Amino acid sequence: MNGLGTLGYAIFIDPFVEFAFMRRSLVATLALALGSAPLGVFLNLRRMGLMGDALSHAILPGVAAGFWVAGLSLWAMAFGGLLAGLLVTTLAAWLSRHTQQEQNTSLSAVYLSALALGVGMVSARGTPLDLLHILFGSALGVDKPGLLLVAGVASASVLLLAVLYRGLVLDTFDPLFMRVGHRSTGFGTARYPAVWQQAFLFLVVANLVVGFQALGTLMSVGLMMLPAAAARLWHATLPEQLVHAAAQAALSGFAGLLVSYHLGTASGPTIIACASLLYFGSVLLAPDSGISRGRLRGPTLASTIHS
Amino acid sequence: MALNRRTSILASLALLGKLGQAHGAPADPVAVTVSFSVLGDLVRVVGGERLRMQLLVGPNQDAHTFEPRADDAKALLGSRLLVSNGLGFEPWAGRLVHSSGFKGRHLLAANGIKTRSMADEEGQQTTDPHAWQNPLHVTRYVRNIADALSDLDPTARADYQARAKAYTIELTALNAWAKDQFATIAPAQRKAIISHDAFGYLGEQYRIRFSAPVGLSTESQPNARQMAQLIRQIKRENIRALFIENMSNPQLIRQLAQETGVQPGPPLFTDALSEPGGPASDYLSMMRHNIGALASAMRHNGVTKN
Repeated sequence: MNGLGTLGYAIFIDPFVEFAFMRRSLVATLALALGSAPLGVFLNLRRMGLMGDALSHAILPGVAAGFWVAGLSLWAMAFGGLLAGLLVTTLAAWLSRHTQQEQNTSLSAVYLSALALGVGMVSARGTPLDLLHILFGSALGVDKPGLLLVAGVASASVLLLAVLYRGLVLDTFDPLFMRVGHRSTGFGTARYPAVWQQAFLFLVVANLVVGFQALGTLMSVGLMMLPAAAARLWHATLPEQLVHAAAQAALSGFAGLLVSYHLGTASGPTIIACASLLYFGSVLLAPDSGISRGRLRGPTLASTIHS
Repeated sequence: MALNRRTSILASLALLGKLGQAHGAPADPVAVTVSFSVLGDLVRVVGGERLRMQLLVGPNQDAHTFEPRADDAKALLGSRLLVSNGLGFEPWAGRLVHSSGFKGRHLLAANGIKTRSMADEEGQQTTDPHAWQNPLHVTRYVRNIADALSDLDPTARADYQARAKAYTIELTALNAWAKDQFATIAPAQRKAIISHDAFGYLGEQYRIRFSAPVGLSTESQPNARQMAQLIRQIKRENIRALFIENMSNPQLIRQLAQETGVQPGPPLFTDALSEPGGPASDYLSMMRHNIGALASAMRHNGVTKN
């Protein structure tokens, strides 16, 4: 028993005691999990699951502009990327509100335009330097400022999400209700129907861009979307899904870092591999997954409404 | 009649084109495209004024992740010779030659060098392309370049060969100087940490052990076990020589520095020269800069045997 305890300590605790970089990576990963996995749940509900990937390209013109102004400064490039991401999502949301197009459609149109602009800007200055490659970090390289940034953005986004929660839920499930506006609910937002959506998109962009710089694209997008997709298979109600998604993301981060430490696999991909294992496990085992329930019964009415 | 006029227009256009060519290039320079900045300096040294040189990957830029553009293909089509390092350093070069339909000669400057191979992340043996980090290998580069230029432009053969010979003397002197720099450093002290594995040939020549958190390409991904091993090694062997490179993400080396309390040295130049006026604007000054910085940092390394 004692030997087992020592072994467990050596496997699970020791790496974090011995190495500060492991502690920093763990805290950054946990912060990212808490901040962005709940946002992923909302993104999935709003049928915008591919937004993270689109955004990792859409920030290029901002990154290039940051590079023009301040040279090879990570901060200028990240700030430019943040601005570009906000512009792209704002424009896409505005377009879909005014043209009746699906948000995914307008987003892909706008992000491709932004990507083209970015590639054009990079080429115009004769810089075959891969700016995104320079900007995108790795979980093992998180330093103190990067950690503070990720943790700060995650804390702010959890708080803001709590503030926005009721309006966002209404806007997600019943956009028409939000557009008409109901004074009785306290959300008399008929004149500003886009406020909730905009604030939400701001949170998504901030989390992703900060995550890109500190931990890399795969980590940010993966921890945002995979646990969210898995959590939806387990629970019918939104609050349960939000908590479950954050917990799964945190577990993936912890397990992935340990596997990378003990087996010497690349850390970012390993963490996301853990998240996808959990996802496919959920597909097989979760009560709300069509596969585990068997094909005969088909989805129940209740699960159709809730999901 | 109409046909006649068209052919005459075409003929005069062709004539104009020829005139323009002859006029714009009085000395008839040899057009050469070179893959990256270190090689560009060597080609300039050998070719001198007779060359019109196009550089694909400029100073301070990363050749591992470079993607050719349409005007790169255009520049290549306008030249008679493409010089690249080879040994897998420019994985995009073959594609560029193919897609542009380049018909000129393609010189792999590292041809004939005794290469060294290293284990990559998957434990597979790959050839280390960074052969220019050994000045004696560069004598072979220079000879290859001089021979290729002589074939293209035989009238200036003597000129090219003479320049190559003169530069070889400088390279030999550089090698002797480097040996001198490292001579006073005990073998147990000769080790350094660098952001990606680019100093294999330098290490082989001067008996220095280099370690890096990522492998031969700047594109490879770090893993936690390797980081942990490096930190243990730095602490155990009391290594003080920790360096970042001019053109890679400095995050990982900063992380190692923070963890071990070691101050990283000045940026080293491995796969690209600095801008003109910088500390490594040509090959010889790049090597002197790197060797000087390495030698002065390694003097502070512990003398513990590993």
